[in-house]
Amino acid sequence: MTDRVPGVEFSSLTCPIPHTEYPHVLMAHGGGGRLTQQLIEKMFVPQFDNRALASLHDGATLELKGMRLAFSTDSYVIQPIFFPGGDIGSLAVHGTVNDLAMCGARPLVISAGFIIEEGLPMEDLWRIVQSMQAAASAAGVSVATGDTKVVDRGKGDKIFINTSGIGLIREGVEIDPRRARPGDRIIASGSIADHGIAILSRREGLEFETELESDSAPLGGLVEAMLDVCPDIHVLRDPTRGGVASALNEIAAQARLGIVLDESALLVREEVRGACELLGLDPLYVANEGKLLAIVSEGDAHGVLRVMRAHPLGREAAIIGAVTEEHPGSVLLKTRLGGKRVVDMLSGEQLPRIC
Amino acid sequence: MRYLDEYRDAGAARALAAQIRAMTTRSWTLMEICGGQTHTIVKYALEEMLPDSLRLVHGPGCPVCVTPLEIIDRAIAIASRPGVIFTSFGDMLRVPGSTRDLLSVKAEHGSVRIVYSPLDAVRIARENPSKQVVFFAVGFETTAPPNAMAVAQARRLALTNFSILCSHVLVPPAMRAILSSPSNRVQGFLAAGHVCTVMGYEEYLPIADEYRVPIVVTGFEPLDILQGIAMTVRQLEASTVEVENQYTRSVRREGNPAARRLLEEVFEVTDRKWRGIGTIPASGYRLREEFAAFDAERVHAVETIEAQESPLCIAGQVLQGVKRPHDCPAFGRECTPEHPLGAPMVSSEGACAAYYHFASHAS
Repeated sequence: MTDRVPGVEFSSLTCPIPHTEYPHVLMAHGGGGRLTQQLIEKMFVPQFDNRALASLHDGATLELKGMRLAFSTDSYVIQPIFFPGGDIGSLAVHGTVNDLAMCGARPLVISAGFIIEEGLPMEDLWRIVQSMQAAASAAGVSVATGDTKVVDRGKGDKIFINTSGIGLIREGVEIDPRRARPGDRIIASGSIADHGIAILSRREGLEFETELESDSAPLGGLVEAMLDVCPDIHVLRDPTRGGVASALNEIAAQARLGIVLDESALLVREEVRGACELLGLDPLYVANEGKLLAIVSEGDAHGVLRVMRAHPLGREAAIIGAVTEEHPGSVLLKTRLGGKRVVDMLSGEQLPRIC
Repeated sequence: MRYLDEYRDAGAARALAAQIRAMTTRSWTLMEICGGQTHTIVKYALEEMLPDSLRLVHGPGCPVCVTPLEIIDRAIAIASRPGVIFTSFGDMLRVPGSTRDLLSVKAEHGSVRIVYSPLDAVRIARENPSKQVVFFAVGFETTAPPNAMAVAQARRLALTNFSILCSHVLVPPAMRAILSSPSNRVQGFLAAGHVCTVMGYEEYLPIADEYRVPIVVTGFEPLDILQGIAMTVRQLEASTVEVENQYTRSVRREGNPAARRLLEEVFEVTDRKWRGIGTIPASGYRLREEFAAFDAERVHAVETIEAQESPLCIAGQVLQGVKRPHDCPAFGRECTPEHPLGAPMVSSEGACAAYYHFASHAS
């Protein structure tokens, strides 16, 4: 017989994710797909259970003396650390300020935690720090606190960065996936899959006629402009890891509504499509770092689209789909040929096909 | 995108589908051999465009699906050894072995790497002379030439730390096995365009003749497949039996002679077990005796492996076209892409996974 530890619920000592299935963490647990979701829903949320966490948004919303604050955190482990269109430093700033912007918040301050592998050239670190500062100024935030740890050579991969941020949510703005309504329009701010493919092609040594660049960019300004004309935006989401497909599946599940995408309205750059064909990847599942998805009422859609197109980061914005009462919880794609297929949540990492 | 968009044109697809509907007067069962074709059919929801009397069954042409469990277990055993860097195409990593998959080995021991080409594995071997580098050489006639090239290159470089775990399979013997089965319902084939790009299509002539079945060498884009179907149905309706080539932009009658010479030099034909189907005589490649030093089965001897398939899984019948994925009681319940019971649920080319991911919501 096992003695019960006083004050501890015995069942909580058993790992909630069945051991028989995955006794070790797999890469896919960090891939943004179903296994990540499982980890969050079965392990983290029940254990950390609280009101702010429950919304499972990109950031938490906190009420403080009449002010509403957004609070978000993210870690960056990207390889290569320098890539066309950015580096790990600018990415770490953009990622967190974008998560805040997706809560309808103006980012105020961020923190920066560095885990550095012994042996990283000081020159590289300097470049990263400069790039972080440049990105922070452009996004209108300051790096207000930080931390540095160094690990033995071989125990890290050059440098990992964590950033957390606080932002002030605008009066009257209520961004929440559960606010999506049947008939709402889904707007994408531009081409998809640029970031993931730029990173992958650099990593795999693929070369194209024009160099692919990451779309990494701070989206706060674009969101401000959108909220100026339409404070009643229902949902905002930046489709990072797991891509547009994963983001929309999460929204459909939380809103308990269906989503229909129009394949012919999705913008995928020529080189990105080429790389996806070559690597056997679906652009819908590839990461973006400077794009957003907005869900707004049908009546607001064109006004929002107009200001987005007037902004440098939304020039190619387009309505890519709609919210529907049918097939709640799932995302359907109308193919170019006129058929319909389910766009499921990715189950693991997107693995390249054999042939 | 040039050379792709032309083959995905909605208007042309509708016109072809209308042609197929107009010429189909009876019910016909066709099989597309290749998993890549299955993927396109389901991804573009092509079946919605076809008449109800036309039934497509999905063939055994997914390399991930037909690689026998014993070989997966052997791969896992080799990959778990210290001093080994195990390299593989991505989707082989998630195939369930008897107790676990290669992704789990990667999580526990580390040295499993995804490569895009077997030549990358050769490069890894050159860069890591103190490690044994093993490449998981699976697939049909399509992936065989680059694997043969990797072995030939390793020999030229006099590498002593590179080997391949070889489980190559061949299409024509599998077609014969399907056609000889008493439960066979397939009346026409869309042959795999890329296999024929390498091998040509002369070896299909006796099959068509012997079994009185039309065979159309078909490509992988939506229009290729619709045209391949149209050509097959036209033959069936006219009671003709021929081997035709739809995929003329890639396939020549004699295939790719340079690739075939290389295959001949490195591999020899052997009996091969197919997952879910069983052993088919003379249906695979193994390394020739003079390349034994590059054969992982010999270099990294593994004790006898007793593999155990899930009793629920009907993958074998799915791969032979006897049943369709959602005829399986475990489909979408016990068996999902997160927890596949059988290989067709793993690769995006596998019939079960293709159905799971893309199948029309109504069905």
